[in-house]
Parts: sequence; structure tokens; C-alpha cells
Amino acid sequence: MNLKLKKIEIIEIKNKINHYHTSRAAVIDALKIVQNRIGWVPDWGIHEVSKILNLSYSEVESIATFYSQIFRKEIGNNIIRYCDSVVCYIKGYKKIEKKLEDILKIKTGCTTIDKKFTLLPVCCIGNCDKAPTFMVNKELYSNVKTTSIKKILGLYI
Amino acid sequence: MKRNILLPDTHPLTWRNRKDKKPVWIDEYRNKNGYVSLEKIFYENFSPEYIINLIKNSGLKGRGGAGFLTGLKWSLLNDVNDDKQRYLICNADEMEPGTYKDRFLMERIPHLLIEGIIISAFALQVSIAYIFLRGEYFKSENFLNRSITEAYENNYLGKNILNSNFTLNLYVHSGAGRYICGEETALINSLEGNRPNPRLKPPFPASIGLWGQPTCVNNVETLCNIPAIILYGNDWYNNLSNGENSAGTKLMGFSGQVNNPGIWELPFGITARELLEDYAQGMRKGFILKSWQPGGASTDFLLEKHLDVKMDFDSIKKIGSRLGTALCMAVDSNINMVALVLNIEEFFSRESCGLCTPCRSGLPWIVNILKNIYKKNGKLKDIQYLEDLCITLGPGKTVCALAPGAIEPLQSALKYFRHEFEQLIQNK
Repeated sequence: MNLKLKKIEIIEIKNKINHYHTSRAAVIDALKIVQNRIGWVPDWGIHEVSKILNLSYSEVESIATFYSQIFRKEIGNNIIRYCDSVVCYIKGYKKIEKKLEDILKIKTGCTTIDKKFTLLPVCCIGNCDKAPTFMVNKELYSNVKTTSIKKILGLYI
Repeated sequence: MKRNILLPDTHPLTWRNRKDKKPVWIDEYRNKNGYVSLEKIFYENFSPEYIINLIKNSGLKGRGGAGFLTGLKWSLLNDVNDDKQRYLICNADEMEPGTYKDRFLMERIPHLLIEGIIISAFALQVSIAYIFLRGEYFKSENFLNRSITEAYENNYLGKNILNSNFTLNLYVHSGAGRYICGEETALINSLEGNRPNPRLKPPFPASIGLWGQPTCVNNVETLCNIPAIILYGNDWYNNLSNGENSAGTKLMGFSGQVNNPGIWELPFGITARELLEDYAQGMRKGFILKSWQPGGASTDFLLEKHLDVKMDFDSIKKIGSRLGTALCMAVDSNINMVALVLNIEEFFSRESCGLCTPCRSGLPWIVNILKNIYKKNGKLKDIQYLEDLCITLGPGKTVCALAPGAIEPLQSALKYFRHEFEQLIQNK
């Protein structure tokens, strides 16, 4: 594992800095660039980002740990985010959650042993007229039925 | 089912939308009068003051939920008479449970938002604008970035827009997932790269905002209304509405166990019953309406008897709730209100930034009490504790509106469905 950012990643971060009045504002972008490479942000990524943006390690860490979309521990190749908000509750997300947990044999918040999937809840993803809903990576699935989940996950194996 | 015939002068937000639900890119947008409003302000030499007055007189209110007059918000920025760098931020951090209107606009008609931002930036004399986009809205991000590139290529963005002296750069700032970032001062902190704790107001962002400079924060839907007001005028906009003290149209919807869940652009003043029965086509077979929320998880529950209320800011307020985002949710009689409120409070508890003690400690406390009641381990005095917490977390006790919003569904559930709490406590 390369414990340093690649040149192209540094250029990408510096381009983002140009959008803002201060380099600090690019911290989320920079963390996402680190995350894009391996799916999560290890300690060396926090160090690298803090050096480029001229922030302390703890300042970057406090941002990284605040947001739900920045991962500070290793995750699976595919992230499943099921909506657990109020409309999906009414439309039966609990059944979807249980089915996902049963198929993957993990609890929410965990990664499968083969590292293929990480299962997470997400706040309302703005798809309420097609609830219940979940996302796999960047793909949104609507009006999900428990019977169709296995087939959907099969697309990512 | 009522047919919603989309016309430019009755449906300024949605008349251009394609039936195949694909986005309207720049050529099609221009063929459908796109960027005509922007051209108009330059060719007819509209001054920023003139535009601000036009928006003020149109009665347009912010569509993010609070319903503050947009023109008034803009004029606060213009009271700051100096040559400081000013910023416009489009709040696209849509995360209120039950709300899907900004995603709808950004994924169907992204250029409408961009045109609204450019005109607003001209009125506010802003040269840098940001769209603060929810991190999980990947499709919106792609569509906005493509549309922004198209706008730059056609001289609607960048230096000397349409050969005027006006220059604007627009960037998409993608967030990383926290509800609190939708609060305007937390959003500013987040954009600056700080922890997104809300800031105390005053000072308001209009005087001290992004990087200490005058800043205006407007919601996606608010900004999408601007081009049509420029084109047709403030009187037209005012007359669109049948609502009380609310001008124009609004994206409204109904979700839950209804036959046709969806989103429609409708004039203020339509009743919630019309929305439910004529557009959402009523409750599904086997489901009876027990309660409904008018505009997101942070609004008070209402009952079937309230359905004849007009969907506008003042009328909904009069019956004890808030219009919020006007995306209604039907609660059917199969749903236990304690369990539903528990779901809502778990959301708010998870999303508290932890800055203020009532919110940081109070919300988990509410969650624990509700869990106990739902598991039939509650005591009658728990209801009193919940009522006390509704006061402790109420308006004025915290820096931002997260906690006061969080207790609205709880207090209304206790008001209308107290018997469901008591049943779970007494029938062990």
C-alpha cells in the first residue's frame, strides 16, 4: 500500500483548493480523494491531507469522524445504504433491513467476511415516492421488495 | 385523478420537464425559453435594486422550510454598503426525512437552478457562488456539473456574462453526509472546512457569512422560482396563488401508503384533501388514513379532519403545524405512533451535532424513553418526562432549530395519540 498521495491526487486536491478562499475548505474534497483510492481513509491519509492543507492532524480527524460518508475503517468493495427514515419506515424498511442482514449474514454497520459488502443505514435519500429504497454504491433502487434483493446484490458479486 | 396541464405561466418550475424523466440539457432548455430571463436583465438594463424589489414585491418565500421572504433576505445583504467580496450559496443539502423536491429539480431541470443562481448573484452583486450539494446525491452532482460546463461554454457563467460587466464563477461543493449541514450557519461552517456546528445569530450571514463576508443562502426551489418572476413580473407571481400570504406555486407531494405517491407543482392554497385525493389518488386499499405530516419529519402531525386546510404557510400554522417542505406523508392505521415517533427521534438524535446540551443529551433521552414504552417497559410518568423534554428542547433553548423541529412530531403525537402511549404502558 502506497502511504503517500499520488501526484495526480495532489493536483486534484490543489485544483479543489482554487475553488475556495482558504485551503481548509477543501478538506472534505481531499478526504474524498483519499477515499476514492481505497474506499476508506486510513491514518496516513489524514496525515497527507493535513500536510497539503496546512492543518493539524486532529483538525482533519475531527472533520473526518464527523461525517457519515467519510470512513475511518476498512469497508467492503460495495456499500449498501438502506434508507431508514420515516417514509421508508411506513413502507416497511425493517423487512428490507432484515433481509439484507440475512443474505449478507452481518448486522448493520458491518462488512461481510469476504469484504464484498458493507451494510449501512442512510438518512432519507429523497426517493420517498418510491419507498422503500436503498443504494448500492451510486445506484439507487426503488420500490424494493424483499424478493428482489438477492438478485440486486448478485449484480455486484 | 386531476390532470395537471403544465403551462409556462402556470407551472414555472416544471412545464419544461420531459415526459421520459430525462434531464433537460442546455439546447432543449434554450428552446423552451431557457436563459431568456437572464438575457432580459442585461438587454433591458435591470439594476440589482430593481430585481431585489421585484422579488420582494412578488412575495416569494424561502422554500427550504422556514418561509422567510426571499426579497427581504436579499435586501439585508444589500444594506451592507461596501465593496466586500459577497457569496451566494445554494442550499442543496436536502436531507429532511420525507422530502424529495430539490433532487427532483436538480435531476430533471438543472439549468433552471443555474439560471436562477446567475440572476440572483447579479442582484446581490456576488461573483462567487456555491451549490452545497448533499454528498449522497451522486446523480444530481453529475447533472449539475455537466450543466455548469454547458453554461460556461455558452457564456452564461464566467467572465463578462453575455458581454456585460458581470462575472460569476459557480462551483458544486459536495458534502459528506450530515443533516445539520442544511442549517444555514452550519452549512457555512461546513463549506469553510470547519466542524458544521451552527453559529449564533446575530450576526446574520447577510453581514458576516462565508469567510466573514456578506453571504446569502437560498434553497434550490427558491432559486428555481427567480427566472419566471423576472419574465412575467411580481403581480403575475402573486396572482398564481390562492393561499394566504403565500405567493406562487410550490412543489407538493404525498408519500406513504397512497395509490399514487409523487410530486406536483401546484398553486399555494390547494387543500391537502385535494392533494391527497385528486393527485395522490387516496389511500391504498386496506389502508386508512390515521394522521399526516404536511412537510417533513420535523413538522407536527395532523389528523384526517385537518385535510381541508389550505396548503400554505399561514393556514397550516393556524392549525398547529408547519408547511415545511410541503411534501406530505400519510400515516395509515397500521402504524403505531410510538414506533413512528421513535423512528423520527432516532433520526434527530443521530443527526444532532452535539453543540447544545438540550439537543445532545435530550434527544437520546427521548429515544430511550420511547424505546422503553414501545417495548412495554414504560411507566405512566414517562409521558410527563416526554412532555417536560418537549419544553426543554423547545424554541429558544438551542442555537439552531434541530431540537425544536425534533419535538414537533413528538408533541403532536402526545396531543393526538396519547392513548397509544398509555396503551403500551398499561397493557404489559
